[in-house]
Amino acid sequence: MAVDEGLKIELGKQGVLVTTIEELYNWGRKNSVWPMQFGLACCAIEMIATTMARYDLARFGAEVFRPSPRQADLMIISGTVTKKMAPQVVRLYNQMAEPRYVIAMGACAISGGPFKEGYNVLKGIDRYIPVDVHIPGCPPRPEALIQAFMLLQKKIDGQHLTGPDRPRFLDAEAQGEFPVPVQGEHDLEPASNPGVWTVPVVIR
Amino acid sequence: MASNPYFSLAVLFVAALGFGLTPLALAWLWAKVFSPAKPNAVKNAIYECGLVSKGDAWMQFRSAYYLYAIIFLIFDVEAVFLLPFAVAFTGLGAAACGAMLVFVLLLIEGLAWAWAKGVLTWA
Repeated sequence: MAVDEGLKIELGKQGVLVTTIEELYNWGRKNSVWPMQFGLACCAIEMIATTMARYDLARFGAEVFRPSPRQADLMIISGTVTKKMAPQVVRLYNQMAEPRYVIAMGACAISGGPFKEGYNVLKGIDRYIPVDVHIPGCPPRPEALIQAFMLLQKKIDGQHLTGPDRPRFLDAEAQGEFPVPVQGEHDLEPASNPGVWTVPVVIR
Repeated sequence: MASNPYFSLAVLFVAALGFGLTPLALAWLWAKVFSPAKPNAVKNAIYECGLVSKGDAWMQFRSAYYLYAIIFLIFDVEAVFLLPFAVAFTGLGAAACGAMLVFVLLLIEGLAWAWAKGVLTWA
């Protein structure tokens, strides 16, 4: 049951805090996101800079980079995902505890970027795992990563505990496993996860 | 019952128990009501930086390795003495230098002896 926003502000002015379990839950979650310590390429340098004193990601409650997927909520795909690395990235995503979020940082993580034509570069990590926020840039500046993080916080804040639009991790029916691709003869097999991304049909 | 001298202790005990168990119970309840567990083979696999783990982790190491450890320790401790020696080197007399040389040579002799006995060769 949602409380009227105007009424809530009015009560707040009188020193009365009105909230819901959902709101408290999301407030706690969004201010304590633990990213995975995981750098793939040059964007990782910007990610490191974001956590350091000058940009200070700790202001948003995300300074605790965990070196284990078991303790992490957020995966920042910071850089080019090669086809050699893609199975490891997907496996690590699978090994993270839910709820888990993904930020695709930079042109390479989104689409392959300047290396898109390379035979060994994955053309976007969203072919295998669901990405919550994409940041363009080559590399994106630390401010861009901070904005992506704030967008993610907004997304977490808007998630509902119950109802048909509840997120995947609260839905017992939703599949929790994302198949790990294997190295095939010419390419990764499968080339994409159809549950996450559909291959566009090229009309010639 | 309230007149029992241990009554207040019992109350405190129950409160202490509740203090610990209530958060656990709430977390358990939250998981039951809202957050379904979805384990799978990939998620439960041994964590190896994203790679599939190979072989058995329960392998044996040779206990003979302790000899290496002991020889390493001798020179590790020697470094502690070498540092002040190096710092005070310019102000030292011939006798002090000679004493340090004897100390270092004694340790080197120990290493040579261990080497000659074949300790450094793995069987």
